[in-house]
Amino acid sequence: MSFGGLMALRNVSFDVIEGDIKALIGPNGAGKTTLLNIVSGIHQPDKGDVFFLGEKLVNVAPARIARKGISRTFQHVELFGNMTVIENIMVGQYARTRSGFLSSGFKLPFVVKEEREIQRKSEEILEYINLGQRKDEPASNLPIGEQRTLEIGRALATGPRLVLLDEPAAGLNIKETRNLGEIIRKIRDELKITVVLVEHDMDLVMSISDSIIVLNFGEVIAEGTPLEIQKNHEVIVAYLGEEEEIQRGYNAHT
Amino acid sequence: MLTVFLQFLFSGLTVGAVYALVGIGFNITYNATSIINLAQGEFVVIGGLMMWFFAESLKLPFLVSVAFTIISAGIVGLLMERLTIKPLKNPDLLLMIMITIAVSIVLRGILMFAFGKDPYVYPSFTEGEPLSIYGAIIQQQTLWVIGITGFCIILLFFFFKKTMVGKAMLACAVNPTAAKLVGINVSRMVMLSFVLSAVVGAIGGMAITPISLMEYDKGPMLAVKGFCAAIMGGLGTNRGAVIGGFIIGILESMTAGYIHSGLKDAVALIILLLILFFKPAGIFVSKAMHQLRKF
Amino acid sequence: MKKGDLLSFLIFILLIILLPVISGSTYTITVGIFSGINALVAIGLCILMGYAGQVSLGQAGFYGIGAYISSILSVHAGLPIVISVICAMIVAAVAAMILAVPALRLKGHYLAVATLGFGEIIYIILNEWGPGGPSGFGDIPHFGLLGYTIGSTTGYFYLIWGLVAVVMLFSINLINSGTGRALRAIHDSDMACNAMGLNVTALKIKVFILSAVYASLAGSLYAHYVTFISPSSFSLFYSILVLMMVIVGGITNLWGAVIGAVVITVLPELLRRFEELDVLVYGLILTLSLMFFRKGIVPILIEKIKKLREFAVAKH
Repeated sequence: MSFGGLMALRNVSFDVIEGDIKALIGPNGAGKTTLLNIVSGIHQPDKGDVFFLGEKLVNVAPARIARKGISRTFQHVELFGNMTVIENIMVGQYARTRSGFLSSGFKLPFVVKEEREIQRKSEEILEYINLGQRKDEPASNLPIGEQRTLEIGRALATGPRLVLLDEPAAGLNIKETRNLGEIIRKIRDELKITVVLVEHDMDLVMSISDSIIVLNFGEVIAEGTPLEIQKNHEVIVAYLGEEEEIQRGYNAHT
Repeated sequence: MLTVFLQFLFSGLTVGAVYALVGIGFNITYNATSIINLAQGEFVVIGGLMMWFFAESLKLPFLVSVAFTIISAGIVGLLMERLTIKPLKNPDLLLMIMITIAVSIVLRGILMFAFGKDPYVYPSFTEGEPLSIYGAIIQQQTLWVIGITGFCIILLFFFFKKTMVGKAMLACAVNPTAAKLVGINVSRMVMLSFVLSAVVGAIGGMAITPISLMEYDKGPMLAVKGFCAAIMGGLGTNRGAVIGGFIIGILESMTAGYIHSGLKDAVALIILLLILFFKPAGIFVSKAMHQLRKF
Repeated sequence: MKKGDLLSFLIFILLIILLPVISGSTYTITVGIFSGINALVAIGLCILMGYAGQVSLGQAGFYGIGAYISSILSVHAGLPIVISVICAMIVAAVAAMILAVPALRLKGHYLAVATLGFGEIIYIILNEWGPGGPSGFGDIPHFGLLGYTIGSTTGYFYLIWGLVAVVMLFSINLINSGTGRALRAIHDSDMACNAMGLNVTALKIKVFILSAVYASLAGSLYAHYVTFISPSSFSLFYSILVLMMVIVGGITNLWGAVIGAVVITVLPELLRRFEELDVLVYGLILTLSLMFFRKGIVPILIEKIKKLREFAVAKH
């Protein structure tokens, strides 16, 4: 993937195992968001492939990728601000319904049934992410932490097999981050949905991830379990710079 | 054969010059504010009708009439910005589009009330024998139109490249926040852009009226054609607007001459739609350059 | 239907039935007929602009297609009027689709100008190739159904407003459904809609077609009522009038479109005395409502009623 001669990602190749939480970390500008954008179809790579459940995703429109079961959140929250909390979730389920213009306008019985089903399921999802109380508020009124949670809820509403979370903890306080970690873990354990997240909060990443990939300057510099990554020399250098690492090493010895 | 062709060409260049001026008017406000002022066509009408009012109705001397016309157009631009654009608080795009349409209707209403529905005309700026090239006749006023357009373009070029005010206006376009930080009065620049675009439009109106007459409801079509000229070369670039204006003017006059006069407006509209649908960034603009422009 | 909508709808039906009974004057009923015709166009634009967030300055084009196609088919091809009206709706839908596919990739100003250009092209076509050219043509048959012609003004009033009621019901259902939510979502964020798996392009095209079909229906009804049409009724000014109806009434509320249509249709009748000033008055109304009553009549009324109610509750 390159932007106007600037190579954003190069020779990046990795697998995500079903049912895992996989974290993508790396310094700013390492190409993490670009990677998510390629998987979700917003960007097309110059070279390379993306496979999901055996299907090729390159050159597939973002909406179709979403319907195939990959859903996502955004680094800059992209909620439907003029709509209520529950409506945001309900929109997430629309693509799975059969309702169209005519059937909705004539209020055919199956549309009514689908609507009731969507309503029920949306309330369920809101309870799941602890936003049940906020149901009828305009989404733009929520504090940033709840907006991020709501965005995750909306991603779940599409009935995905894989969710991509772009910096879900950005702007969250410690307590909110802990709740977020709980929710992400529940998504994996109870809903059996695979999670790929891009995140800067290392405590969160290390506590919930099954495996981690480290990107730097568009290349993979390390891959492994949280424990392996924490010990990886290259990662520490990339994150902290040479000198500080020596400093830390020194401190560790004393 | 050649004579007829040249005749059409000259009349195309004449109207094309006015479209170019309207296009430049669009660019000036767009560059300073990202607003596409759909009342741009009314400025041209104001130019023509006010000139008639001062020169024919009040019988003021020519240069005084020109000066007064320019001043009145400037005032209209100023009032438009101060009364309708500036007071808007966090406008969304939809509102921005509609407010300039609303103002254009107000202007049209005033013009209709003041001047009625009849077309107006006044004599050419200079009297004299028309020129003849291979039998094709060029009215002296045609030369005035093209000359004035050229003069305006050169003046604007120097204004934006060489003067502090011009540079400041461009700075507002590129980054209003940064412009504010370096001490540019952004609000004043926005106002100035409306005044300037109104004046440029009015100059076009003054020049073209002796040839093609002027009436209160010519604004929308002029605006559409001027907009077409502006996007042909990529919105915001004056060179493009000039080339675009002449292309539309010439195609229009060829259609009117060779095919059917009722279709001359359709030509510009079809070109407009084709550009919008297939190359909204403009024909002469590279894709990379377009991406740098904010929309 | 939600409780509020149901109540509004019942009041609405009651008003329709009662108006001709209360006011015996043919003049009032005639103005009512034109209000209803305009309301149909306005409802379509309201869904398109207020809900889906897409601008159109070309509704007059679809209105004109409706009027001309159904008139030509019924006069020259001798088709039954209902069939002509339906054919006109199909033509408008096809035209809308052809325009929408490339146009809806455009945003904001560009879409506004593109639709404006479309409307003007239709206007030129009507002038150049429409029967009678700029002076138009007449002897268009009155609307009729199964051999029974509606000749009386009151009959036509009920026909028009009956159709407005049906269209309104359809539109309310649509807006309150999942599809309606998806349309509002497009207004907010294309990118998020894509991530939700919504086919944004298809939704935009369909809503555009819907607004065109409403406008076409209105155009046909207009033609079969006045029995004489000329291109001047389908100029850019009509598109702007419809825009005004939607804005004045309240762009985010379907009832706003209906009320806006009535207000803007009745207004020139009240302003008859100032004939020279009508364009100016229209312009001022549009400008002032954009600047000071951006929400429009209906949403502002709803807010006031809510406040009053809260006040009453607080007092108790």
